[in-house]
Amino acid sequence: MENFSFCQKPKVLVVGAGPIGLAAALEFANFEIETLVVDELSEINKASKAICWSQRSLEMLNRVGVAEKFIEKGSTWKKGRVFKAEKEIYNFDLQVEAGFKAPAFINLQQYYVEQFLIDKLEELEFPVLRRGHKVVDVSLTKDNRVEVRIENDQEVYNVIADYVVAADGIRSTIRKAFELELQGNYFDEQFLIIDVKVDKSFPLERKFWFQPKFHDGQSALLHVQPDNNLRIDLQLGPNVDPDSEQDENRVRARVDKILGSDVDYKLEWVSLYSFSCKRIERFSHGPIFFVGDAAHVVSPFGARGGNGGLQDIDNLVWKVSSVIKGKAPRALLDTYDEERIPAADENILNSARSTGFMTPKTQASIDFRDAVFDLSKTMPFAREFINSGRLSQPYKYIGSSLVSEDDTSFFGDGILPGQSILDAPICIGRKQTWLIDHIAIGFSVVAFVDEEKTAISIPQYLDKVCRQLDLIETFVIVTSKRLNGMSEKLLCDTTGLAFERWAASDGSIYLVRPDHHIAARWRATPSVSELKKACRKSISL
Amino acid sequence: MNADDHLTQINNISDPDEFYEDLIQAHDGLSANQSRQLNSRIILLMANQIADNKKLKEIITLARTNLD
Ligand SMILES: Cc1cc2nc3c(=O)[nH]c(=O)nc-3n(C[C@H](O)[C@H](O)[C@H](O)COP(=O)(O)OP(=O)(O)OC[C@H]3O[C@@H](n4cnc5c(N)ncnc54)[C@H](O)[C@@H]3O)c2cc1C
Repeated sequence: MENFSFCQKPKVLVVGAGPIGLAAALEFANFEIETLVVDELSEINKASKAICWSQRSLEMLNRVGVAEKFIEKGSTWKKGRVFKAEKEIYNFDLQVEAGFKAPAFINLQQYYVEQFLIDKLEELEFPVLRRGHKVVDVSLTKDNRVEVRIENDQEVYNVIADYVVAADGIRSTIRKAFELELQGNYFDEQFLIIDVKVDKSFPLERKFWFQPKFHDGQSALLHVQPDNNLRIDLQLGPNVDPDSEQDENRVRARVDKILGSDVDYKLEWVSLYSFSCKRIERFSHGPIFFVGDAAHVVSPFGARGGNGGLQDIDNLVWKVSSVIKGKAPRALLDTYDEERIPAADENILNSARSTGFMTPKTQASIDFRDAVFDLSKTMPFAREFINSGRLSQPYKYIGSSLVSEDDTSFFGDGILPGQSILDAPICIGRKQTWLIDHIAIGFSVVAFVDEEKTAISIPQYLDKVCRQLDLIETFVIVTSKRLNGMSEKLLCDTTGLAFERWAASDGSIYLVRPDHHIAARWRATPSVSELKKACRKSISL
Repeated sequence: MNADDHLTQINNISDPDEFYEDLIQAHDGLSANQSRQLNSRIILLMANQIADNKKLKEIITLARTNLD
């Protein structure tokens, strides 16, 4: 049963149940904030869109309890191969290092992503998801809340929300209601996206061809998806006729050339896209926050759209939740723009560069690209210029107003303040688990211990910290291998990877934000008042 | 800032005449297309030797001023 009065006046209304809106709603549930989610579509869009999901996204989804499902169903691809014409120029390994719960990238169809998030949501009392409910108008009330007009096939009704998360995609109604425009570049190049179901399994690799013979010298991309599906992206050039390009016979002729005539396949999806790299000027407008494609769009080479959007809500939800709960001042909300706009710019820059490399426009850009290909046959340095997409990375909020200055005794090693945490395998007693599974949802402290006496003293210190500093809810203690078995409460770094990745020594302390980015760190245990100072800074106090 | 960080505008090559001759001769007998190809390769190879993005930016800016 829906709670009627809650749905009229939710604390948070999330508009749009795409991957970003759904993940936002689940993250709000982690903070016990009751949200209402509406989406105009009455069911999940089967369109062929995002497929590549990054380690960082999976780690974030781990916090809302769905990462295992993603990893299990997804195709873990580790190898990228780049071809010039039919010849392989080089290949790269995505997972250079082992020892992370989440692989570097998985491929999983966007409709599965949305389905898995909805499955999770349905296990919970909140959020409430209403499908077939379309937002038609938005305005601000005098007391700075948001009045939203919603339509379904039976009625039109109003909702008054304290905060709105606008996750309504590239054609955002909310963005338009406030006359905010996406600004940036549009690429007039058309890309044909084809999903095919094949009767055999393909190697788990990404293949990118520059100027293959099978495709008239334009670019082509092949990705493997679960259920024996393949994703084919073909660059078509600027002036193409959408109808004839999507004609089944024509599409089949193209696919035959790529897969070879001995492969049986079924066409699952065909569409034409052109891409933009754009954003709105600011992502927050009073109590309304734009996330995902509603705030910024990129070309898909680099998988920065969906993955970038997930990082938006990663950043936003704990801030809004902390303010709602009265734990942080409203000023904290301003840091959503401060931290996420540079991140969006980084994504825009990278995907615009990739698109530029794939679609050289001037004679000089064609000449240089040819030179890059020629040189790269024998000279490794030239391979670095070849840009078939720079894959999504977690953004580093270095220098953000929420992040404390680094402790110089780390010499810049380990995880810098502003960077997201690094996973490592750990043991509790004999049980093998992952560090990310033990890092709390709120603010927490990660402490490292290498000496027996510290193992005894540091829990007392951390208890005191939790008692004296409201912000810090929990802590975890990671011990080096030689202290294995000292206590059930200690996480043991049996491989040494945690100490290495965090550049830790005995008594090192990391202050971790709810989005699992580092707020501050100390090589040697700091005083409680130093920690307090960093805590205050991390919530704009 | 280190003095090294700035582009030198006085000659730095031990035998400028020799380099100039090599550069011109490298284009001998090439079609206009091949010459463009050669120049592009030379630029990329040189850029990799110079290595420093700041310097490379300065070079590009300097070369771009006062085009006819
Ligand atoms: C071909 C292609 C390939 C891509 N590949 C990748 C990839 O590999 N990896 C990656 O990370 N990204 C990829 N992307 C980008 C990715 O698909 C998007 O960034 C992602 O879908 C954005 O999610 P979102 O939730 O912000 O918006 P959307 O997925 O667009 O969801 C918006 C939702 O809002 C709803 N809505 C809209 N208006 C209203 C309204 N007025 N009222 C109620 N509901 C409304 C819509 O019905 C929709 O469900 C790709 C995109 C394309 C086109």
